[in-house]
Amino acid sequence: MKILVAVKRVIDYNVQIRVKEDGTGVVTDNVKMSTNPPDDNAIEEAVKIKEAGKATEVVAVTVGEEKAQETVRKALAVGADRGIHVKVDGILEPLAVSKILQKIVDKEKPDLVFMGKQAIDDDCNQTGQMLSALLNWPQATFASKIDVKDNKLEVTREIDEGLETIEINVPAIVTCDLRLNEPRYASLPNIMKAKKKPIEEISASDLGVDVSPRLEQLKVEEPPKRKAGIKVANVAELVQKLKNEAKVI
Amino acid sequence: MAVLLIAEHNNKELRPFTLNAATAASQIDSDVHAVIIGQNSEDAAKQLSELPVVKKVLSVEGAHYENFTAENFAPVIVKLAENYSHIVCSANTFGKNLMPRIAANLDTSQVSDIIKVISPDTFLRPIYAGNAFATIKSNDAKKCVTIRPTSFDPCESTGGSASIEKVDASEEFSNTKFIKREEIKSDRPELGTARIVVSGGRGMQSGDNFKLITEIADKLGAAIGASRAAVDAGYISNDHQVGQTGKVVVPDLYIAVGISGAIQHLAGMKESKVIVAINKDGEAPIFSVADYGLEADLFEALPQFMEELNKLNTIQK
Ligand SMILES: Cc1cc2nc3c(=O)[nH]c(=O)nc-3n(C[C@H](O)[C@H](O)[C@H](O)COP(=O)(O)OP(=O)(O)OC[C@H]3O[C@@H](n4cnc5c(N)ncnc54)[C@H](O)[C@@H]3O)c2cc1C
Ligand SMILES: Nc1ncnc2c1ncn2[C@@H]1O[C@H](COP(=O)(O)O)[C@@H](O)[C@H]1O
Repeated sequence: MKILVAVKRVIDYNVQIRVKEDGTGVVTDNVKMSTNPPDDNAIEEAVKIKEAGKATEVVAVTVGEEKAQETVRKALAVGADRGIHVKVDGILEPLAVSKILQKIVDKEKPDLVFMGKQAIDDDCNQTGQMLSALLNWPQATFASKIDVKDNKLEVTREIDEGLETIEINVPAIVTCDLRLNEPRYASLPNIMKAKKKPIEEISASDLGVDVSPRLEQLKVEEPPKRKAGIKVANVAELVQKLKNEAKVI
Repeated sequence: MAVLLIAEHNNKELRPFTLNAATAASQIDSDVHAVIIGQNSEDAAKQLSELPVVKKVLSVEGAHYENFTAENFAPVIVKLAENYSHIVCSANTFGKNLMPRIAANLDTSQVSDIIKVISPDTFLRPIYAGNAFATIKSNDAKKCVTIRPTSFDPCESTGGSASIEKVDASEEFSNTKFIKREEIKSDRPELGTARIVVSGGRGMQSGDNFKLITEIADKLGAAIGASRAAVDAGYISNDHQVGQTGKVVVPDLYIAVGISGAIQHLAGMKESKVIVAINKDGEAPIFSVADYGLEADLFEALPQFMEELNKLNTIQK
């Protein structure tokens, strides 16, 4: 079995986001960037499946500007075999990414595509579902447990009501939740070894995909701030305030 | 052209967020039709027809719709989409799973998780865990939009009498098989719609200690929430998680106990009307959004809180 994993480069989850004064977006200059957190889980799961002898190859793919390649390099350092970087500049909507990934799937013919359930920059939660629609493959979204059984996967999904288990035939798409596993750290020797692993560079225009945006971002602004609250001295004062001042209990 | 609302239900009754999504739909266009796909979902279809904002109900029945599998639902909606300018649905796990599958088939860029309808093609949505708000204009002919339910009031649920029209089912998608759903049943209000939420974090130290929270929640008629760390540690099940990758809640009162207030947690609760934080670390970021902060050890504060509540003559429910 061959597993393709899609990884996105985003502002690190620990960074305090600042909105640009001209309203065109958020500040990205000199800001720490990392792999989108659930994409690390997606890589980890693929590598674990390979280590268990149930997959033969793990290929990491990213779509984005020059520096996006760092995320592929990191995936290689934790066990992916080779990488693909589809180069595109500018804003990419999930629809465009899924169309590009469809072309990569046509070319690579993986049995499984693992992705994150949500990118923490745009918070779209779309790309995996869109890719499975384009391919007409089954989708197992928000996965917190995956069992590989021959040509099937049993996947536990996190849904609002609790947990759901489905069985999907490969080829299939899985989008991963952070609870799926504990991503490993790259060791120094593995980081060195990863430098020798191949990364194929493809330009989006060669794939013949129209990536022009369909959505216009008219403005990005700071959300309204909450007004500062107070500290109460003790529990009795807290309950009294909730009862008589806020009138919520 | 009208707006098509996808109803969320459990085959017996509508799920409450359908009413919030209906409100958003009616702000896009007054001509709202609603589609309900399920098995033996006639009662829920009837309920849908009674929402005054809904002008027509389309009902699709089939055994393969029993478990709401997106692969079975999407083709039905894609076929119906011809007659509609917008397809809308709640941005909960049901809608998040389903809508992008529809959008990609319609070659439309979806607008996820909107918190405001500015005009029929322009919407406000949070990005970066709610640390920025983006105004987005869609230039697609057909628009697929998911609605953050807590940002819209539920619509009236009685008084309407829309016609219910049967629509043919689509073929079954055979490569996805539903196995089981483990729903955690409780008598408490649903987290998403509760008036009061009491949430515990890693500071609770164990699942057992959550009984300190349960007791207070029961007294207040509140739902129970949790941080991701508390769920990860196995103190409580995943359906309680509040935050960027969990549920968004906007109760009248949110009480955060032993929760530090990471931005990913704040993303799910900082719009609450009144926020209380109980934390022993006076520097915890949760205090920056709290209307009332109590710097205290929760293992002393929660039993005292219960005692004080017991002293009150009346408690609003
Ligand atoms: C991509 C991504 C998505 C995420 N999504 C979410 C999400 O949806 N929801 C979410 O909650 N988190 C989410 N997180 C995790 C988030 O970053 C934090 O790690 C998490 O919220 C911390 O949970 P906590 O506050 O319970 O734990 P901690 O940060 O460990 O805080 C525990 C708090 O308890 C206090 N405490 C300890 N003992 C006591 C005591 N006896 N009395 C009083 N106070 C005490 C401490 O002072 C501390 O402030 C996400 C992270 C990532 C990377
Ligand atoms: N530019 C990209 N390159 C590679 N993978 C991506 C890209 N954008 C999104 N993805 C994948 O799609 C998932 C969901 O992203 P989104 O739909 O934007 O929330 C991410 O976790 C990634 O696995």
